Amino acid sequence: MELSGAQILFECLKREGVDAVFGFPGGAVIDIYDEMPRHPEIKHYLVRHEQGAIHAADGYARATGKVGVCLVTSGPGATNTVTGIANAYMDSIPVVIFTGQVPSPLIGNDAFQEVDIVGITRPCTKHNYLVKDVARLAGVIKEAFYLARTGRPGPVLVDLPKDVIQARTEFKYPRQVRMRSYNPNLTPNAKQVARALEAIHKADRPLFYVGGGVVSSDAHKELTWLAKKLNVPVTATLMGLGSFPGDDPLWLGMLGMHGTYAANRAVQECDLLVAVGARFDDRVTGKLATFAPGAKVIHVDVDPTSIRKNVRVDVPIVADCRETLVALKAQVEAAGGPETLRRKRQQWTETIKAWKIDHPLTYNGADSGEIKPQAVVETIYELTKGEAIITTEVGQNQMWAAQFYNYHKPRTLLTSGGLGTMGYGFPAAIGAQVAFPDTLVIDVAGDGSIQMCIQEMATAMCYNLPVKIVILNNGYLGMVRQWQELFYKKNYCATCMDWAPDFVKLAQAYGAEGYRVTDPAQVRPVLAQAFGNGKPTIVDVVVSREENVYPMVPAGASLHEMLLV
Amino acid sequence: MRHVLSILVENEPGVLSRVAGLFSGRGYNIETLNVGPTLDREVSLMTITTSAPEVVIEQIIKQLRKLVTVIKVVDMNDHMAVEREMMLVKVGAEGEKRAEILRIVDIFRCKVVDVSSDELTIEATGDRGKLEAIIALLQRFGIKEIARTGAVAMKRSMQ
Ligand SMILES: Cc1cc2nc3c(=O)[nH]c(=O)nc-3n(C[C@H](O)[C@H](O)[C@H](O)COP(=O)(O)OP(=O)(O)OC[C@H]3O[C@@H](n4cnc5c(N)ncnc54)[C@H](O)[C@@H]3O)c2cc1C
Ligand SMILES: Cc1ncc(C[n+]2csc(CCOP(=O)(O)OP(=O)(O)O)c2C)c(N)n1
Ligand SMILES: [Mg+2]
Repeated sequence: MELSGAQILFECLKREGVDAVFGFPGGAVIDIYDEMPRHPEIKHYLVRHEQGAIHAADGYARATGKVGVCLVTSGPGATNTVTGIANAYMDSIPVVIFTGQVPSPLIGNDAFQEVDIVGITRPCTKHNYLVKDVARLAGVIKEAFYLARTGRPGPVLVDLPKDVIQARTEFKYPRQVRMRSYNPNLTPNAKQVARALEAIHKADRPLFYVGGGVVSSDAHKELTWLAKKLNVPVTATLMGLGSFPGDDPLWLGMLGMHGTYAANRAVQECDLLVAVGARFDDRVTGKLATFAPGAKVIHVDVDPTSIRKNVRVDVPIVADCRETLVALKAQVEAAGGPETLRRKRQQWTETIKAWKIDHPLTYNGADSGEIKPQAVVETIYELTKGEAIITTEVGQNQMWAAQFYNYHKPRTLLTSGGLGTMGYGFPAAIGAQVAFPDTLVIDVAGDGSIQMCIQEMATAMCYNLPVKIVILNNGYLGMVRQWQELFYKKNYCATCMDWAPDFVKLAQAYGAEGYRVTDPAQVRPVLAQAFGNGKPTIVDVVVSREENVYPMVPAGASLHEMLLV
Repeated sequence: MRHVLSILVENEPGVLSRVAGLFSGRGYNIETLNVGPTLDREVSLMTITTSAPEVVIEQIIKQLRKLVTVIKVVDMNDHMAVEREMMLVKVGAEGEKRAEILRIVDIFRCKVVDVSSDELTIEATGDRGKLEAIIALLQRFGIKEIARTGAVAMKRSMQ
């Protein structure tokens, strides 16, 4: 049967198992919206700004592991998604973005709402397409989803000229994708796995350093098994939090610029660093020349470009994290089980324990009468017992959410790591709430960041998405202010938020609930009330204004040169 | 070090800008770039010469392979290969200069492809060393214009 481009799009989405699309209409995609009501299986969420759509699709993808989908019109609709696309690209998140485009005969004519979005997003997508012929549409969509979720995941953009959406053709959905130029290697080389296992067994001071790849490949179970059986402590990047239980004795906390003392010391003193699905980002390594100076490095990553990009590697394994850890586990079992390979490493264990006890994550002034932002995050953890999905904005709020909440399960922290996009957390929370209507979803926010996508309050209200926004309101662009305090002689230029809305009234204006907390004693009861009220809610928590995030490795310093509380 | 990379790419719009954008976006340099068709109509061959430390070359090759439209990347430095580039050079050739220029043309087995009363346009083919030598020798006659194709390369049959 012949279908229009718009009909083909919906048929393809169904076959890809898409149940939610975040979007915003316009002239170039009006035919798609015209077709939409005939496909109720696919629920459309009308956002209030296209940046909200792409972040929501991204949040949906991070929370579920499925591909997030976003649909916008040409020109400004498309350009409004660019920040969110770059955000998904930096954090390797699978999303497919459909953009409308002016009719093909007009492309290149500076037509109304024309923009070369394929050109603009080339460096921040895994791949992108301009569909020129409706006969190619189904094939392109199939490839787009395949590319987005396989190998190193990432955003894929599909640009749809209006005439292609309107044209008709026989619909056939390809059963598989065959691309001669794209074949990610997922299976690890058995010899390399054996070398890795031998190195782990021999090491006196081994350390797992795990990242977003463990989350995206669902390898947390294998990781946990291996770490426990082989007695190897674990640290994770911001993106890897949740891939190892946050209350296990082997857990060291996050490493890097705002990592724990124990994690950063362990990196500097280990003799074997087992990096799994982590990319040695500069926020993690600090000064490269002195990073993990005594360590042999094993690096598992599906993307060859991640390997040896920043640090030398002794045992590279280009493969999927999960497949590699499964293979490691199988070799452990084949070698006579964990009992034969487990080593006590008493000294290493004791040293780490001492670091943890001597320098835990902490803060001063718990009884100062001011609300400490860290305490707010601790309270959120206590109230939710780690069962919530936490999203964050960017800045100090994000770091405290990473430090003072124990993540036990993957996909429970959704945060903009690579791009550091203020305004990410709230729409991402909406995406997560769409995927998990019955889970408590909390955006730990800053007073600055939250104003960047606050318009999505209407979206949350409209679709009954009871997302909670907890603003750690310090009246500052706090993270930048912290840098100004520490490294720019307190020259607080342009970081004081001299004017802010009344967030309680703002919530109320949208029909949502709003609470303000100024008394430390009220933090717990108000948060409990907010989490139980079943409605979109803003909790504006007025916290100590000039609190800093510690530990901190100053930019360019070595990991062990931490500023402590 | 200077490397010659042969890159087989899908012959589709935008592929050149994907490759060129990769180099500019990541701060790699392109010394020469040449693109042309191959036996397979759906595939084009790009030849890029670039100079960088070996670790950077490794990244460049990996990054190129990561592009979805790139089918294959061969680093010609890993193989015995023939490398050639063609150039056209327009030199001033008034009076007695002319005979001397023609001698150089002869020695380097170049060709004169255009003549006027005061200029000669010379076609030269060779590896980079040869072309540089020709340019150096012609310099003193006054080179007016140069057009170069950039290198192309092929693995030798016997490796
Ligand atoms: C204000 C601020 C402060 C920050 N401070 C810190 C900090 O102190 N500590 C910290 O850790 N981060 C911090 N970050 C985050 C940091 O910028 C990086 O985003 C983060 O460190 C990268 O995490 P990752 O290495 O796990 O890589 P990701 O970006 O998650 O990349 C994942 C890696 O795994 C690979 N991969 C993906 N899927 C698979 C698979 N299936 N199999 C195998 N490999 C796979 C990918 O190729 C990639 O190399 C901060 C960010 C901000 C905004
Ligand atoms: C879109 C965007 N613009 C600018 C920045 C730079 N930046 C990083 S953190 C930060 C401060 C954020 O302030 P706020 O949301 O109040 O969080 P706080 O650090 O105070 O918790 C800024 C401006 C950014 N990360 N993203
Ligand atoms: Mg703030």
